[in-house]
Amino acid sequence: MSLASGGPPPPARRYDRSALRSTLVALGSTAVFFGAVGWIVVHAPNWPDVQRSFFNGAIWAESVPDIVPAFWVNIQLFCVAEVFILVLALILAVLRSLPGPVFFPLRLLATVYADVFRAVPGILIIYILGFGIPALQIPGVPNSTFVWAVVSLTLVYSAYVSEVYRAGIQSVHPSQEAAARSLGLSEFQALRYVVLPQAIRRVIPPLLNDFIGLQKDTVLVSYIGVVEIFRQSQIDQAAAFNYTPYFVTALVFLVITIPLARLVDVLIARDRRRSLAGAR
Amino acid sequence: MPSGISPDARPDHRGPALRVEGVWKSFGDARVLRGIDLELAEHDVVCLIGASGSGKSTLLRCINLLEPLESGRVFLEGEEITRPSVDVNRVRRRIGIVFQSFNLFPHMSVLSNVTLAPRRVLGMSHGESVERALGLLDRFGLADKRDDFPDRLSGGQQQRVAIVRALAMEPDLLLLDEITSALDPELVAEVLNVIRELARGGMTMLIATHEMGFARDIATRVCFLDNGVILEQGPPAEIFSRPREGRTQQFLQRIVDAGRL
Repeated sequence: MSLASGGPPPPARRYDRSALRSTLVALGSTAVFFGAVGWIVVHAPNWPDVQRSFFNGAIWAESVPDIVPAFWVNIQLFCVAEVFILVLALILAVLRSLPGPVFFPLRLLATVYADVFRAVPGILIIYILGFGIPALQIPGVPNSTFVWAVVSLTLVYSAYVSEVYRAGIQSVHPSQEAAARSLGLSEFQALRYVVLPQAIRRVIPPLLNDFIGLQKDTVLVSYIGVVEIFRQSQIDQAAAFNYTPYFVTALVFLVITIPLARLVDVLIARDRRRSLAGAR
Repeated sequence: MPSGISPDARPDHRGPALRVEGVWKSFGDARVLRGIDLELAEHDVVCLIGASGSGKSTLLRCINLLEPLESGRVFLEGEEITRPSVDVNRVRRRIGIVFQSFNLFPHMSVLSNVTLAPRRVLGMSHGESVERALGLLDRFGLADKRDDFPDRLSGGQQQRVAIVRALAMEPDLLLLDEITSALDPELVAEVLNVIRELARGGMTMLIATHEMGFARDIATRVCFLDNGVILEQGPPAEIFSRPREGRTQQFLQRIVDAGRL
């Protein structure tokens, strides 16, 4: 082996072999572990009852065509609400970051907002707005439950998301703002061009986490009569007197949220690598 | 100074480029500046020397209005910039500052770092601002770095970009706050050479520095800051060779002992 070919190969090959062995051992032990758990579960005395009630193939086949299309309502809810949340929360976070005594009322407003809507359970907001406002029958005010569902989710989630943004804004070192201001940029320009772009990049993973939470919480609006995936699965459950439709619904949520959760992990790992690289 | 003049109008009789009058500044109980008086004529290069904590950086930040004064006044070309009604953004366009820690914008390319303020503050078109930025980057040997992000550059390159970023506003006065203190020793020279070139070009500069050799070469005047006051000032030859004050002598002796002069 000539020197030009790089580092000494035998240790590298040994490393490859041990990595392969680790992978095989991990696969083997995983198969044995879950195989054993599965065997115990299906050989438990009550397993046939559990299977009939929760994992019933016939009911599964019947309820999937009902339930999966109902999820379209949830998708609309969380997509529309997320747009409003990202905008409203950013405004709230910026208001809370305004310095100086003149802006005290705005800071106060944003602070009270975040406190109130994080404190009150979301389901209460949904009930109050979803039932209460349409009952007032004020001319010109929409009485669509979908509208009030979006409004409720936006109000509740904006409070959390504004805190995420605010943490991001505060994580940008003050020297960045000083550098921007020293060039003559106004306070707003420094925020717009220097602080916010860095802040938002840093909080993308927690924003995605809140987005996952929002997706799940769209089922809460079923209580004000929006027929979405959870309401549909309740209807199917009651008709069949069987819990399988709930498992269909659970599976739908797993399918959409797990990839997002993995994406969050990837982004966090990437940020970590970057900050480690930056710390050299 | 009459306040009725339009913001861009300069007074007819231009005063000194910079005049600092009786500036006091505290942080909590710590009195950092205790009555600073200082005057810079146009094309002056004044170096502030003194131990860490003597108030050099604070003085620069006060002049750039990054820190509010406790008392005292600062005049830029005869116009008081510390009066309450002053438009700080307008003042800062005319005073460039370069920081010890570079403070480049990490999310922007070198070119965007330099063009941001000319575009957003001076309202230059994209084309104009790029032309000006490329001219400056080229002059300081950074033209090939235009599309790189700051974290790809060496410390010396980053600091040169920070200088270019300040110069792109064509300031009347440049403040340099220990701009080589965060650099590896072998990168100091490239940054100091940029400053030498600026001094030759007539840029008015106020420089806080620990580089005594550089101060001796470049300064038209050296001010020794001690405990928040300018204890002694004069031509570099005088300050470095025949310091009058005991504190100045002690400070310089420590520098010599450390092999830095």
